[in-house]
Amino acid sequence: MTNKTVPATPGLDSLSVGDIVAESSFPLTRDSLVRYAGASGDFNPIHYRDDVAESVGLPGVLAHGMLTMGLAIQPVVDWAGDPARVVDYQVRFTRPVPVDPDLGAVVTVLAKVGALDAEAGVARIDLTVTFNNTTVLGKAQARVSLV
Amino acid sequence: MPPYLVGREKVREFSRAVFATNPINFDPEAAQAAGYADVVAPPTFAVVVQEATLAQLLAEPDAGIDFTRVVHGDQRFSFSRPIVAGDELTATLTVASVKSLGGHSMVTAESTIVDASGAHVVTATSTLVVRGDE
Repeated sequence: MTNKTVPATPGLDSLSVGDIVAESSFPLTRDSLVRYAGASGDFNPIHYRDDVAESVGLPGVLAHGMLTMGLAIQPVVDWAGDPARVVDYQVRFTRPVPVDPDLGAVVTVLAKVGALDAEAGVARIDLTVTFNNTTVLGKAQARVSLV
Repeated sequence: MPPYLVGREKVREFSRAVFATNPINFDPEAAQAAGYADVVAPPTFAVVVQEATLAQLLAEPDAGIDFTRVVHGDQRFSFSRPIVAGDELTATLTVASVKSLGGHSMVTAESTIVDASGAHVVTATSTLVVRGDE
């Protein structure tokens, strides 16, 4: 699971707005949701029980929004080389991610340079996070310190 | 509430759950080589600390919030420094705004998280949408 070495941090000078800095896909299963429930302490049963999800009118068991938010930043962390370089991170939860008991769900992440602030040494990275070819997060932006 | 003590194994467990792969999240030696006292938590780990204060808000009878009608609208974390294993963190929640929109209520709650010395670590801001009667 863990890499042996910490990746090097990219320089702000080498970036342009629109550059793709990272791209990744995450196959989620029901096991992923149970693991996240335990790790985060969010035991809302709509994230692991079909009967409860259906009783409140949902299309099925959903991934935790915070799991989607949490994994979507990982390709950026890998690119930046250090989780602490992410100094600000925000998302809007626009669509749910239903996780099929057999097929799971694949969430894809595309990270692009949205803006550069040379004075502050910060790159704004805009994330496009999709499931089934539709975006599931809106205004997903991270400010990454590269000084 | 007593402070939240950030445990090394909790950071590693949370890191695995969000598909982190960076050694700074898992390996104390790698974290120390990068200048941290211990393993560094992923950016969204702050939600674990924030959650306790949100649970208090949702349980508050005066707030009149029906938990089964609450949907997470948006989330933001703004850091002064990363969360590191060994930190003793205290969160203080304030309700920043309450808006009504087409029968729904939108509650924006801000949790300010500080360390044992009182220094700011991260502010976690959540907008919760409380669905109205349909």
